[in-house]
Amino acid sequence: MPANDDVVLSIRDLSKQFGRGCEYCSDENYELQKNMCPHCHTVYAVRNTSFDLYKGEILGIVGESGSGKSTLMKMLYFDQDATSGNYNLPEDLTVKGNVFNVSSQKKRQIRNEQLGMVYQNPILGLKMDFSSVTNIAEKLIASGNRNVGEMTDRADHFLEKVNIALNRKYEAPKNFSGGMQQRVQIAKALSNYPPILLLDEVTTGLDLSVQADVLELIKEIQRDMGVSMIVVSHDLAIIRMLCDRTMVMLDGEVIEHGITDQILEDPQHKYTQQLVYSIL
Amino acid sequence: MITINDFSKSFTIHHLNQTREAVNGISFNVEKGEFLGIVGESGSGKSTILKSIYGTYKPTSGTVHYDSDIYGGVDLHDISDRSLIRLRTREIGYVSQFLKVMPRTTTLELVINSMLEMGTDIDTAAKTAEDTLRHFDIPKALWHNYPNTFSGGEKLRLNIACAVVKNPRLLLLDEPTASLDENSKLKVRETISKLIDNGTTLIGIFHDLEFMDGLCNKVYDMNTKTLEERVI
Repeated sequence: MPANDDVVLSIRDLSKQFGRGCEYCSDENYELQKNMCPHCHTVYAVRNTSFDLYKGEILGIVGESGSGKSTLMKMLYFDQDATSGNYNLPEDLTVKGNVFNVSSQKKRQIRNEQLGMVYQNPILGLKMDFSSVTNIAEKLIASGNRNVGEMTDRADHFLEKVNIALNRKYEAPKNFSGGMQQRVQIAKALSNYPPILLLDEVTTGLDLSVQADVLELIKEIQRDMGVSMIVVSHDLAIIRMLCDRTMVMLDGEVIEHGITDQILEDPQHKYTQQLVYSIL
Repeated sequence: MITINDFSKSFTIHHLNQTREAVNGISFNVEKGEFLGIVGESGSGKSTILKSIYGTYKPTSGTVHYDSDIYGGVDLHDISDRSLIRLRTREIGYVSQFLKVMPRTTTLELVINSMLEMGTDIDTAAKTAEDTLRHFDIPKALWHNYPNTFSGGEKLRLNIACAVVKNPRLLLLDEPTASLDENSKLKVRETISKLIDNGTTLIGIFHDLEFMDGLCNKVYDMNTKTLEERVI
């Protein structure tokens, strides 16, 4: 029976700690206070996390603030180094084995060609003073594209796809609303046709109607382009609408995972139950 | 096609420190092309059984064996999430009492999307979706409306349309006739008859016992835990 078919991203035993650790917390069975060692104050932001992302699916990650969701995403996008763990991209034939161990030049290449990232805060993903077209061109140039005509065409194509009027394409995103900035970020992230898209709380802080626009866009991208996505959110309604499978994180650990309706209708863990009971 | 063996399901509610038993020791089987009706009073665990076949609930004990086209014989709770999702997309349909949809998705898009998930091309999907909506008497004027403006009956018919448009091998129906008027019930009955003729296996929960007459080959009574065969 095919269980591991179509894996595009595979993570094994991924951990990230802030601090050096001590003789107490280096023992796996030692009980931390939430995710912090009470002796040396080392924070274990992500602990022994393993999962696979399949072709064309949307994987949701939910959890409270400080549960390690964003740290996990930052490690996947090489914004932050992992303390330990294995990261494989089986579909990328140019790299074999653990992607965390490749050179920084190769990491940049993977980031530009295999991954797209949309941050909760558009300031992290966009150069706010440069035009939308330039922002998109930046990603294309980084991956070796030097043809100005082609880059402009590509920028037009994706800006149209995310419903940004082309007569505003030379405007800087700082003049745009939050929802528009988020859509420019999505256009930039998609511009290289990456097989994997990482979305970190992309609808947080947006009003309901703009939120619906972004959700619609994400679903459309999945359907039309077959892009695999990891969506981080603390909004379970969004997770229910978008995600095929869901992982629940608490204090840096994955406490529960499964098909989204299994998690929402038959939650097993105490924390997941509280989360589900809190849906408005 | 489906064999449920000594199936039990309990729910642990952590904040009350309680475990509630929903169903205990259920066994039955449904052959290909049969229609099993599940009856029983409210709270007897009918929906629990249906959701466990669909994989939403994991059993506390027992097995749910399914003869799949793609994978052969499998225990639905012993396969990977990915395989179960594939079975749901291609083989197993589920009609719930409630319609939950993406915001600002029109009725027509909703039915089309159900087919696109299976890899159907857009032209075929659009044509089949239109035919299906017509069959379920959802007026053309509503095709470009959002379903959250619909009446209960319209939502239910749309829900059934989204499931049957995929032509599933196994269709699970959770009270598909609740809140429907006589005419709509007739439409559902007609569709079910057509599905039976096409060889679709069906398992349904019904309060309307009259509706089941002449459709179900088997009836499972949750109260007495007995399976009764019927001649149609």
